[in-house]
Parts: sequence; C-alpha cells; structure tokens
Amino acid sequence: MNGNEPSPGETLMNIVVPLQQTPDLVEELEINADGTDIDRDAVTLQLSEWDGQALEEALLLKEAGAGSVTAVTIDGGEADAILFTALAKGVDRAVKLKPSGDAPTGLDHHALARLLAAAVAQLGADLVLTGVQSVEDLDGQLPVLLAAMLGWPHVSVVTGTELRGGAIAVKQEYSGGVMAELEARLPAVIGIQAARQAPRYAPVSKVRQIQKTAKLEEMPVEAPSGEAGLKIRRVFKPEIAGRAEILEGEPAEIAAKLVSLLKDRGLAI
Amino acid sequence: MAADVAVVVEHLNGTIAEVSFEMLGQGKRLAAALGGKLRAIVLGRDARAAAEACGTADAVLYVEHEALGGFDPEAHGKALAALCAESAPAVVLVGNSSKGMDLAPDLAVALGVPVVTNVGAVAIEGGTIVATSRLYGGKIHAEVQVAGGRAVLSVLAGAFPAEAGKSDRPAAVEGVAPPADLASRIAFQRLIEPEAADVDITKEDVLVSVGRGIQDKDNLEIVQELADALGCPLSASRPLVDLGWMPKSRQVGKSGVTVKPKLYIAIGISGAPEHVQGMKDAATIVAINSDPKAPIFDVAHYGVAADLFDVVPALTEKVRELKG
Repeated sequence: MNGNEPSPGETLMNIVVPLQQTPDLVEELEINADGTDIDRDAVTLQLSEWDGQALEEALLLKEAGAGSVTAVTIDGGEADAILFTALAKGVDRAVKLKPSGDAPTGLDHHALARLLAAAVAQLGADLVLTGVQSVEDLDGQLPVLLAAMLGWPHVSVVTGTELRGGAIAVKQEYSGGVMAELEARLPAVIGIQAARQAPRYAPVSKVRQIQKTAKLEEMPVEAPSGEAGLKIRRVFKPEIAGRAEILEGEPAEIAAKLVSLLKDRGLAI
Repeated sequence: MAADVAVVVEHLNGTIAEVSFEMLGQGKRLAAALGGKLRAIVLGRDARAAAEACGTADAVLYVEHEALGGFDPEAHGKALAALCAESAPAVVLVGNSSKGMDLAPDLAVALGVPVVTNVGAVAIEGGTIVATSRLYGGKIHAEVQVAGGRAVLSVLAGAFPAEAGKSDRPAAVEGVAPPADLASRIAFQRLIEPEAADVDITKEDVLVSVGRGIQDKDNLEIVQELADALGCPLSASRPLVDLGWMPKSRQVGKSGVTVKPKLYIAIGISGAPEHVQGMKDAATIVAINSDPKAPIFDVAHYGVAADLFDVVPALTEKVRELKG
C-alpha cells in the first residue's frame, strides 16, 4: 500500500498510540508471595514488542502526511525512557497518564482499556493504533476491549495500513499467509501485528538530547476499578513435561551425539 | 439455557479451521459437565455447508447474510452477539485466531460477561468455570475462576484433540435469521492469497528453524551453514519475520504455516504457543536453546540446553564430516 497525501482542506488526523510496558521475557519471571501474580518488583519492564510495531506504523502514516502522533503510557516503570525514545523516533506528543489511584496491573486489561478510553476521548483521537496483543493477555486483547468501550470499530492482526480520507484501509492477516483487505471508517482502533517495515532505531545520543530539551506531558486519569470478572486462583510455572531427552556435554560431544542420533534414525544424514 | 456451551466455528473457502473441531470436542465435555447442550455457531454468506460438518454438536445454528461473506469484525460481532444474547450459553468458545481475537473480547463486553484469553485448559468445578491461560510466551500460566457462571473463552489452537470434535453423524442444522441490524463501519474488500514462494516449507522433510535467540541478522549465517550442510531450507519463528530478517514464506506458526517435517531443528526458539502450534506434529524435534526452562523442551524429543553459538557450528562441522 502506498502512502496517501491528504487532499487539501482535509483535517489532519490525531493518531494516538497507547504503549504498554511488559516484562522482558529474557529474564526468568518469579511468582509473587501469594501466588496470584508475577513478582512485579523483580521484573525488568520494556515496551511491549507489538506496541513498538504500532508506533512504527503510526510514524509511517504521519510521514505520509496523515497528521500527528501522540504516544501515551501509564506513569511509572520505564515510562520516561519509553516516551523520550518515542519522541526521538518522531512522535509529536508524549503523554504520561497519571491514574488517581493504583494503576491497573498488567493482568487487568479491562481496567487498562477503561483508563485508556478516557485518555483517548480527552486527547480527541481520530485513530488509535496499538499492539494487537501483549504477553499478558489474560482477560482479552487490549485493542478490542478499548474499541468496545469506545464504541468504535476495530480490526486485529493488522500488518499494513493506509489512510483514505475518513477511513483506514488495513491488511488483516490470517494463518497460512492469507490476508484480507478491509476498510474501516474512522474513528477506529487498529491492533497492529507488524508494521510495514521493521521498527526504526532511535540512537541513544538522540534520545539523550531529546531528554534535555523536551518535556513529557502529564494527564491525570481516573483509576478504574476491576470489571474483568476473573478471580486469579494461582499463577504458576508450568511443569516441564520433560519430553525432551537432554543431551549434555561439551559442544563437540553434543554435536557428535546428535549427529549419531539422526544417523541412526535415518534423518537427514 | 445457562448451562449450554456454544462454539464459534471458523471457516474459510469451505474449510473449517482445525481449532474449531478441537473446541467442539472440548465443548462436548464441558456441556456434559454443565448438564447442558453443545451448540455450534456458523456465520457466513454460505454457512450451511460448513454447518453440515459439525455433527459433534447437539445443534448447529447457522446465520447466512451477504454482510457476513468476508470477515467484517463489526458485522460478525453483531450477528454473534445477537445469537448469544438470545440463547445465553454459559460458555462460548472462540478460537484465539485472527478472527477470534476480534470476536472474543468484543462479544464478552457486549454480553457483559468475563473473557479469558489464551486458554489451554478448562474445567467445570461445582458449576464454576475454571480456565487456565498461558501467558508470557507460555512460561507462566494463570488459573482463573469466572464470576457469574458465564464466560467467553478464547482458546489456543492445539490445546485440545481435534479428533474428539469430528463426527460423521449428520448435523442437526438450523438456519437462524440474521439480526435486523448488521450495519457496519467496516467494509471487507478482498482476500489476498500468499505469493508463490521460492521454497514451500510445508513440503520439506527437514527444516532448520531459527528464532529470536539468534540476536542479530548477521548471525543468521551460522544457522544457514547448518541448513546448507543438511541440505534443507531455513525457516523461522514470527519475530524474525517481523524484523524483516526472514521472508514471510518461511514463517512457522500461528500466522505462518503449519509444518510436519520428519526432522525439525529449532534453534534459539523459546516455544511460545503461537510457534508450537505450527510445528508440534513434526516427527522428530530437536531444540537448541540456552534456557533449560524454555517451553520448547516440552515438545522437543531431543534438547540441547546450551549456547547456540557454541553448539550450532560444532553440529555443522560434524554433519559436514559425515556427509563428506
């Protein structure tokens, strides 16, 4: 899909990109003392990878002349670093949401969607792009919950967008490489699986420079109470069924064992 | 009525998605535990043919309408919500597929009932719905109980056996009129079939598959050398495709393809449910991953819990020696 210049006289879009901070899965996650959540004091938070894709797609729309991009995230954790990086990548506004009470935990997307719905309304968004999923989807994927609460149309698992006047054309991905093309009237929420190109990189020097000159906006929002209707009984690490026979030793020994295994079974060698 | 189970059947070009049969089988067990009936729901322009294939269900409700031809999330959402508001099932099972991701949370909000996502197990305990959700790439699970006795469950593909949902029994199909309002702000325009790829990885006997553990695009050479030594193509998990390091045609998993080679060597792949879904039925699976707790070791037959940068070059060398 090609970028699309808005026709003269057309109002420029206000694209809002909610960014979630989720645990870095490279590190071992621990369970909290009462076994109802991960140990949130022990995790390293990072921008949810799908949200990084959504941010890239929003920036591509902006560069095609669509309008402005506002990145929002809930205060705390890595909020400042994530928002300064977003500014370095080219967003127009970076807004920290400050809930009146406790911020929703990562496992309460209903509360998160409720909070974001209020922020999106306050920001006057025409279009919301956000990650189609996160690693914490216990009670529904965020974009669809957000759209349902706003009463907006939504399309999930999108890998490319193009603005066409008051609508957005999207590619929705099915399995097996099959895709569908749909057009949604704005305002709408689009759940991004992958941007048209790999997310751009913001050099550390540029982020540092932005940090010195730019100021993050702050927006108070009401902290919603839980409405997911789920009671978490326990959060646990699944037992490894131990199906795999683990091969041990030095790399060369392991390689020799593997090759002889494959040879014995008539596989590939 | 509030003890019934409904399964939303997904179909494309006349083929029913495997996850729908998996849900029908599991739905049958849940309906029995609740003392209710199992209903299949099929939406589409020509839904009846797909409905006929759902003999496992006690009844198959199908809704046909021009607006339900392609998958328009809003029109399908409205039709589904109307049907579920009327029949008020205790449990609605939806596949956690692209379409299901649009349908499940939306339906839950419309019905005012909870939704559980990434469901890999479900049970009825004294009338209470208890579901287990696989989170954090399958590394952590959460067992939740649902308030109010009704829920929408978004079910992972591959979590339940499909055989239990397949039946030669003639289906008791029943056409249901679509709701008066199917107006949508979304227009389905067309299906885009995948472009012909240089290699069809679904037809290969051996695959070397690489994931995020490879860390850098330049490092792909290490695994390419192993693939070359074995004389097979390279495939990949989703993140590498999204990063643009590997072509879409080589993607194994939920939004890529399902492969069943004789040998699948997973390198630097942690084994998130989305990936496992696409390769778990390979005849022999070898996994090389530095994290001994990676879920990939649950599906692998042989595991190497070591640094791929040490093991893979050693393996390539041994293969070359043997193949001369």
